[in-house]
Amino acid sequence: MVELALPKNSRVTKGRQHKAPEGAKKTKSFRVYRYDPEGSENPRWDTYEVDVEACGPMVLDVLIHIKNTMDPTLAFRRSCREGVCGSCAMNIGGRNTLACTHGWAEVPSKDVQISPLPHMPVLKDLVPDLTMFYAQYSSIEPWLQTETPQPQKEWIQSPEDREKLDGLYECILCACCTTSCPSYWWNGDKYLGPAALLHAYRWLIDSRDEATGERLDALEDPFKLYRCHTIMNCAQVCPKGLNPAKAIAEVKKMLVDRVT
Amino acid sequence: MVSYRTPLGRARGLGSAKDGVGHWIGQRVSAVALAPLVLWMVYGVIRLAAGDYGFAVHWVQDPLNATLTVLTLAIAFFHMRTGMQVVIEDYVDEALGKSVLLILNLFVCGLAGALAIFSILKVAFGGVVGGA
Ligand code: SF4
Ligand code: SF4
Ligand code: FES
Repeated sequence: MVELALPKNSRVTKGRQHKAPEGAKKTKSFRVYRYDPEGSENPRWDTYEVDVEACGPMVLDVLIHIKNTMDPTLAFRRSCREGVCGSCAMNIGGRNTLACTHGWAEVPSKDVQISPLPHMPVLKDLVPDLTMFYAQYSSIEPWLQTETPQPQKEWIQSPEDREKLDGLYECILCACCTTSCPSYWWNGDKYLGPAALLHAYRWLIDSRDEATGERLDALEDPFKLYRCHTIMNCAQVCPKGLNPAKAIAEVKKMLVDRVT
Repeated sequence: MVSYRTPLGRARGLGSAKDGVGHWIGQRVSAVALAPLVLWMVYGVIRLAAGDYGFAVHWVQDPLNATLTVLTLAIAFFHMRTGMQVVIEDYVDEALGKSVLLILNLFVCGLAGALAIFSILKVAFGGVVGGA
């Protein structure tokens, strides 16, 4: 739901300046969102002048460098540092992406601005609360559902049917898409969002699954599914190059096929 | 107030309405139908603008013109209602009277559509002779 006035404590103030160390030859400044909901201060933009020759090329390298050498209080998530785990998703230069695969030099502006994924509650600094995002994912029941007795060895699938899962199974649940979706911003309490819906489609077209009808029933809803208006932000930001908007359109098509 | 509802409970909410595909199809089919109808309507309006009052009455009384005009109006107001419904659902919170607005939307579009269609039929069936 749109709120025109910002809630109290949401005005981001100008924060602290962290100068580059003496003797740094090539520096770049990074404006980083800082917030501690347990404190009483408003969020702020801290500026770090980073000696970029002392660290790697990715935004995550810079953040780790800041934390190790300039400001240990900075909080962010990361794990694999190679675009596999989805932990380091954040908004970099106005765009949701993974800090570990996004080079700071790719950001066209003079300062690189880094903030948490938009429109989510902030736990601290660049760490958003993704509880609802995961719950929405689990609400689509992302597992194989069958009634036919379990085969001796395994559920088999033809190579062609397996191919239908390409472009879907690669999702790392980073939430870049869902938190870039305006429909999710306005109605995130009821709309499932692109990531959950992409997974819903992944199970809908799995040739081994026997719950297609129930899955479609659970999705046919003005809010859970039909809040998607094909704005396509999701497909633009997905760091894995997936297209949730297309998957959602396929789900809508399946629902039409069911009544025609 | 602290809510102890589990995240999954919140995500499931009231469950699926098992409704929406009809609205979705209706919106698209009416859009497809409107494309040629509106083109035809624009052509009609241009012709009407060039003629006088008598010509307009005569034009509306033509069975094909009357039928197509009524169809255009009915579908246009239906399309308007479904479109406005989406806008209200997107942007208006329940606390700000979403349900009331949705009903109002239905009434306003229904009334405007009925009035428009009645006006066409009145002229088509020869109610207006001397007027204006
Ligand atoms: S296409 Fe749908 S899911 Fe993707 S950003 Fe747009 S509204 Fe959101
Ligand atoms: S679809 Fe892409 S952006 Fe969305 S959660 Fe999966 S990997 Fe991330
Ligand atoms: S750290 Fe794993 S995706 Fe970036």
